[in-house]
Amino acid sequence: MPGRYRQRLLVNRLNLVLSLGAMAIGMAFLLWILWVLFANGFAALSPRLFTEATPPPGSAGGLNNAILGSVLIVLVATFVSTPIGILAGIYLAEFGKDRWLAKTTRFINDILLSAPSIVIGLFVYTVYVTKVEHFSGWAGSAALALIAIPVVVRTTENMLHLVPNSLREAAIALGAPMWKVILMVTLKAVRGGVITGILLAVARISGETAPLLFTALNNQFWSTDMNAPMANLPMVIFQFAMSPFEDWKTLAWAGALLITLTVLLLNILARTFFRQSGVR
Amino acid sequence: MTDSPVSAALPLPLAESDARVAVRDPTPPSTRAVAAPWQDALFEGTTRFFASLVLVLLLGIIVALAINAAPAMQKFGLGFFVTNVWNPVTLQFGALAPIYGTLVTSAIALAIGVPLSFGIALFLTEMCPAFLKRPLGTAVELLAAVPSIIYGMWGLFVFAPFFGDYVEPLLSRSFGQLWLLGPLFQGAPNGIGILSAGIILSVMIIPFIASVMRDVFEIVPPVLKESAYGIGCTTWEVVWNIVLPYTRVGVIGGIMLGLGRALGETMAVTFVIGNAYRIHASLFEPGNSIASALANEFNEASEPVHRASLIALGLVLFVLTLIVLAFSRYLIARMARGEGAKT
Amino acid sequence: MHKTVLSRLIIIGLAAVATSAAAVDITGAGATFPYPIYAKWAEAYKAKTGVGLNYQSIGSGGGIAQIKARTVDFGASDAPLKPDDLRNAGLMQFPAIIGGIVPVVNIDGIAPGQLKLTGSVLADIYLGKIKSWGDKAITDLNPGLKLPNEPITVVRRSDGSGTTFNFTDYLSKVNDEWKTKVGSSTAVAWPEGVGGKGNEGVAAYVQRIKGSIGYVEYAYAKRNNQAYVLVQNRDGQYPKPDNKTFQNAAAAADWKNAPGYYQIITNSPGKDSWPIAATSFILLHVKQDKPQNAAEVMKFFDWAFKNGDKMADDLDYVPLPDGLVGQIEASWKQDVKDASGKPVWQ
Repeated sequence: MPGRYRQRLLVNRLNLVLSLGAMAIGMAFLLWILWVLFANGFAALSPRLFTEATPPPGSAGGLNNAILGSVLIVLVATFVSTPIGILAGIYLAEFGKDRWLAKTTRFINDILLSAPSIVIGLFVYTVYVTKVEHFSGWAGSAALALIAIPVVVRTTENMLHLVPNSLREAAIALGAPMWKVILMVTLKAVRGGVITGILLAVARISGETAPLLFTALNNQFWSTDMNAPMANLPMVIFQFAMSPFEDWKTLAWAGALLITLTVLLLNILARTFFRQSGVR
Repeated sequence: MTDSPVSAALPLPLAESDARVAVRDPTPPSTRAVAAPWQDALFEGTTRFFASLVLVLLLGIIVALAINAAPAMQKFGLGFFVTNVWNPVTLQFGALAPIYGTLVTSAIALAIGVPLSFGIALFLTEMCPAFLKRPLGTAVELLAAVPSIIYGMWGLFVFAPFFGDYVEPLLSRSFGQLWLLGPLFQGAPNGIGILSAGIILSVMIIPFIASVMRDVFEIVPPVLKESAYGIGCTTWEVVWNIVLPYTRVGVIGGIMLGLGRALGETMAVTFVIGNAYRIHASLFEPGNSIASALANEFNEASEPVHRASLIALGLVLFVLTLIVLAFSRYLIARMARGEGAKT
Repeated sequence: MHKTVLSRLIIIGLAAVATSAAAVDITGAGATFPYPIYAKWAEAYKAKTGVGLNYQSIGSGGGIAQIKARTVDFGASDAPLKPDDLRNAGLMQFPAIIGGIVPVVNIDGIAPGQLKLTGSVLADIYLGKIKSWGDKAITDLNPGLKLPNEPITVVRRSDGSGTTFNFTDYLSKVNDEWKTKVGSSTAVAWPEGVGGKGNEGVAAYVQRIKGSIGYVEYAYAKRNNQAYVLVQNRDGQYPKPDNKTFQNAAAAADWKNAPGYYQIITNSPGKDSWPIAATSFILLHVKQDKPQNAAEVMKFFDWAFKNGDKMADDLDYVPLPDGLVGQIEASWKQDVKDASGKPVWQ
């Protein structure tokens, strides 16, 4: 048997080395991109980013209106999409299972996962913006929420599926009502995975430009009015990066750096707040 | 499991003193916590409502798009999907080139991204020292935080030059000489084309697939893995034969997430794909993708037929996803049947 | 404890949202070409009057669509609407700013302003009929220049744009085959080449690919220090692209007799006129349901025409010729009316 055993050991070692290599490649790309972000955006990193609004070319300025706008729009979108997504995911995994409503929703949800984001923005534009005859931050949030919901639904359902039935049965046997079983036992057991889904969705929508094109538009000036065109980082980055002006281009890279670092911070914060207690 | 979520959530109703009381006084205590059935009905109703809401919203999107795409379908019929023409001046549109580009770039993205993600997930769950797990996991998820336009700019200004100057000549010198793979690697190596777009896409979808895989691998009941180790399996054998089959639905779900991103990704692709309505065997040549064409032309498309054709393109994307989805369902059902599960 | 901190933060955030901006803020959307100069004017105007003019570049087609849908107070387009289209949509248009489009090349040893091409040869290159830099048609025009016999890579736009509109309009005017085979529009079926996204994309592709040729707005060629091409104008001369030659092209157009200011100033006469100059237009509704906003728009442009010349110059744009401004303001008075029929502009 030693020959066969040695072969298995070799295969094992080979695959483990390959997976280490995969990790290294992933990290290499990440570091490469972060390096480019830093190198290009560093020149614009200063408190001014937060105290001044987007300037026209040739003047110095910051990004504070875009930062505020993005924060508001993404926050509203997250608050809307998270409960909807989680509750819908719970229905699909716990109650719906094989009923037609669940099957259809699951199917359509998966299709919308790959919707080009510009199409979602167009939908909100047609259904809402043209009716009220103005752009608004609310419309932007609606578009982003529609992009985030399928992601949250999918990951929530995925994770809930993986909870072993013995856990559920144990809780039910102790006399807990179904809603307690789901919310306090099953969901808690896969809290980490659900948080991952939400974070992935938030990361995705923070950087999306196309859906905001026809919904929130953009705003050159500082504004807190969600019912009017709202400045946002992705559109500012897009416009500034595609211009011939150096000061605009630097601001664009700084904005991109901000988005990346903020999502990183969010990630760390969320993991700390909702720390997965040792379920192994 | 002393701090298991079960015991933390529910007060255990019975203690020894209660047992003695039960013996002395056999009537059931009226204050026992009985769950009112309305609570569960309310909860189930609420979740059903939200699931229906999701369904209505998403269906609404598809229906609205179908209505807007109708003029193009009326004019071109089914030929729209198989002709390669895109003329905004004479208003002749056929979607073959963007469909081809989308399929090929997504295929490349999956071909590179899925093995890499699997390797990363394997590393994070089996090989990584405990203190590194959280930071490295967060680092992988950070790849998803980079805005897609940055991927485009990084792709155009940094990756494409590097790829065109060093990697593409290497590929055409090695694989380009083989008789079967050769035609895939011909043409001017300037780093702009379908292959570059596919590789950048693969980097973008790694965080989605890897994170989901990792989360799903971690949920595998330890008893399954331990029993495999107990009979002498190597780590690789445990992962390949125990963990993967157990989590396959989740893994496929993660791949669907990544595929969804790859199919719908606009900015990153449009910067480096070259935007040519052409179909060419070589991966070095420029092409076009559906999302990229949509984003490029939608702003300026004022002719109704042009707009309708672009929206029809968007619908094609949904159809593509539908086909892939159906195929993956079939795959899963097939695997389940192999295990004797009820189908 | 974490949850209460979170909820407190949420409440503060929502309170901030509840406050809204004051003053009449006007919104405009459209062409990307004039976006930098409108942004610059808007900032100066806000500093002076407190009125915020928020202009966003979503493309000429987008601008036309938005003004038609009345989601913005004015639209901007690089491609002017024909008088019939204006009438049908209930819009009036006027020119606001001028710029130039220059071809740029990436050929070893060729410096800015060295290569000369006629419009017809340029069109043939974009048609794919001339495939190499050593082709006789090119070398004949450049007797003293050492041109390598390398293949030409054509770079054009992937997205629809006013820049493309003006460029293809010029090619249609100077080359009949281009006119019949491809035509002119904000997006065309390009016979050749790779598509870069935006002016920046084209500039980047040209910088990347040896032996390539592309077309960009003058500001991009100048600031990226790229080798621009001298194009022969209608009078047979090879003027240098700069603000003077762009303005000459605009001045030579017959604005007085153009209803709706429908003039495309490519291939303008005049020995010092740049052949590929472009105008950007503003669109307003003739029947205003928000006359206050329309008045603010016109006040803004009136201010910009009178005070914005230097700012335009700094950003490589060209202000309108003087006589034209007076004509435009007269049009405002004549065309833009509120619900009761009174002219909005006083």
